[in-house]
Amino acid sequence: MNDEIVLKVEDLSVIYNSSRGPVRATSNVSFELRKGEALALIGESGSGKTTLSLALIRMLAKSAEINAGKVLYTRDGKTRNILDMNDGEMRAFRWNDCAMVFQGAQNAFNPVLRIRDQFLDTARAHGRNDKEWLRQRTLELFKLVRLDPQRVFDSYPHELSGGMRQRTLLALGVLLDPQIVILDEPTTALDILTQRAIIDVLNEMQTRLNFSIIFISHDLALAAEMADRVATMYAGEIVEIGGVNQIFYEPLHPYTLGLLRSVPKLSHGQDELVSITGNPPNLIDPPSGCKFHPRCQFASEKCSREAPPLTEYDAGHQSACWHVDKVIEARKDLYKKKVTES
Amino acid sequence: MTTPILEFENVSRSFKKGRTTIIPVLQNIDLAVNPLEFLCLVGESGCGKTTTGKILAGLLAPSDGRVLFEGQDVAKLKGEDYKRYRRSVQIIHQDPYASLNPTHSIYNILSYPLFRHGYVKNYAQARDRVGELLQRVDLTPVGDVIDKYPHQLSGGQRQRVSIARALTTNPSIIVADEAVSMVDVSIRISILNMLMAMQNDLAVTLVFITHDLALAKYFAWKGRIAVMYLGRVVEIGRTPEITENPQHPYTKVLLSAIPEPDPDRTRTKVHVALRSEDIPRLTELPPGCAFHPRCPWFVEGVCNTHIPQLAPVPRNLGDSDVACIPLTQGAELKLYES
Ligand SMILES: Nc1ncnc2c1ncn2[C@@H]1O[C@H](COP(=O)(O)OP(=O)(O)O)[C@@H](O)[C@H]1O
Ligand SMILES: Nc1ncnc2c1ncn2[C@@H]1O[C@H](COP(=O)(O)OP(=O)(O)O)[C@@H](O)[C@H]1O
Ligand SMILES: [Mg+2]
Ligand SMILES: [Mg+2]
Repeated sequence: MNDEIVLKVEDLSVIYNSSRGPVRATSNVSFELRKGEALALIGESGSGKTTLSLALIRMLAKSAEINAGKVLYTRDGKTRNILDMNDGEMRAFRWNDCAMVFQGAQNAFNPVLRIRDQFLDTARAHGRNDKEWLRQRTLELFKLVRLDPQRVFDSYPHELSGGMRQRTLLALGVLLDPQIVILDEPTTALDILTQRAIIDVLNEMQTRLNFSIIFISHDLALAAEMADRVATMYAGEIVEIGGVNQIFYEPLHPYTLGLLRSVPKLSHGQDELVSITGNPPNLIDPPSGCKFHPRCQFASEKCSREAPPLTEYDAGHQSACWHVDKVIEARKDLYKKKVTES
Repeated sequence: MTTPILEFENVSRSFKKGRTTIIPVLQNIDLAVNPLEFLCLVGESGCGKTTTGKILAGLLAPSDGRVLFEGQDVAKLKGEDYKRYRRSVQIIHQDPYASLNPTHSIYNILSYPLFRHGYVKNYAQARDRVGELLQRVDLTPVGDVIDKYPHQLSGGQRQRVSIARALTTNPSIIVADEAVSMVDVSIRISILNMLMAMQNDLAVTLVFITHDLALAKYFAWKGRIAVMYLGRVVEIGRTPEITENPQHPYTKVLLSAIPEPDPDRTRTKVHVALRSEDIPRLTELPPGCAFHPRCPWFVEGVCNTHIPQLAPVPRNLGDSDVACIPLTQGAELKLYES
């Protein structure tokens, strides 16, 4: 990882026009992605993770509108706003520059095409007609994802296990050497041992090919293991972003703290877990001020009036909360047991 | 020793597929559910957890073996005794969307079993009892919920309704099958805590089924975990023993593979590599121990020829039983080298 920024998102907002009114699925999101880094977007379902990532490759549903913001992409020293690209440029951008592996996509392969042909089609659609190049490239990638190319190439999707299909997708995703790979819930619905294999393969691929990853997950453990940086999303906003250790050991937002307190840990002795009270908000008519305030143990009158801005407290660590001091006080007991144990 | 409240004696279950294929989903399971214990069944998808839960609750019959309820073979229970068994064991399913009728109000969903089993006689009694049940599952104020329809509630609230429905028959056992898997992380624990409180408040024995070992650990910390693999229980013991001192190779591999929500821990974890990533099909189960083709500590001529039975491990100070011949014969596990 270095400091070269490949993607800079500024103030991005997405609204879905629904029959019940506009859904503010992503509001004023800003973040940067560096070369070779893995950024995790964590948060509950409905917090806008998928919407945000679809906006980055402009594959949103028709009812969606990107109504503010910039998505600045840099390659080889040239920077462009993705939101200004025309359709042809956009097609080239997807795959060549930024590949997305959709949630559950391992079940969405074209069932009548052999894997070989899916690779060929993808390459052709993006102007790579050189068969010898394709052969070399896929062999290399299959080795990287630990699949037997001979066996997989001639198979139809249904002949492969879920884990093998997911690895095939990863190989397909990086076929054209993108700088960014977006993974939506890459291990959800896979079994534990298959998940492990996917995580290991991904780590290896990233080391070898040095792409940047944005991965979306509601699974904090996956973020702890794979991410360099983590962004917590709540009600369509990034409420905290920081290095993985900052987020897990020194959280600065009550929602992140709440999530950490509610996830069971495998190896910490007996857990003392607490849920966050209340339910996730409705994005058609979200709460005033800080959207988390109705569920927040530290909420004051100011929180219901005024939305706190995302503010930097430590190097690279930002939180959107009026009561960061209270979070710092409260987080002390988070790993108490771990400290007293060792 | 007390009589188990529910017990499997050598239970097997298979399903027919087409004319000739038989899928052996559960094989020779012995399992006792003791009164008021927290018992957790864990394992990867397809290992037979749901089938086990359905057989426990009487929704499915075993193909072989016996199920005993308070010591009596349920296949022989008749009339009122059979009805009492069915009322006593209630099951909560994973998907609260699918298991609640969308066209019925919460009041209707909950009052129906109350009338059917004769717990209430009239509307006023039913409203009262439904109100109590909603309070029991923390769906308050009751007036805000009782006349709503399932789609007007959040996923977490719907799952609370499913739990309230399970309580309508005053069960002594609740089988919760992945009951919080579809609920958001931030509210999962409140539902789990509520279920756990029923053990004490309502004298309910809880059988919790999950693929999530960390959740199993939290739920059954004071109870036991049974680890299943391809239709068999491969290890069973007190929860802290299972999670902190796993014995069976499969349990060890599983625990080593799971990421943890703690960057230092999860990144320094030692992962035990399997010899093969392919999960055998139930219709083509390997001979001997079903885990042997993947087991890092495979012993040629033992594991591939003999089916292991649950037994204690001589050198282990804990009290877990495992189905692994080398271990139960007192051997040290040695990594297999081909
Ligand atoms: N096509 C759509 N039309 C209307 N609303 C949508 C659509 N897709 C998502 N939403 C809404 O946008 C919000 C964010 O959804 P999503 O981005 O899928 O969140 P996540 O990926 O975090 O679960 C939710 O309230 C969801 O209901
Ligand atoms: N009615 C059925 N007919 C055929 N196969 C079944 C049936 N029910 C379950 N199975 C099979 O039995 C195995 C175990 O299923 P299940 O008990 O649902 O496992 P789990 O709950 O652990 O995922 C799976 O391979 C499943 O496909
Ligand atoms: Mg999503
Ligand atoms: Mg199941």
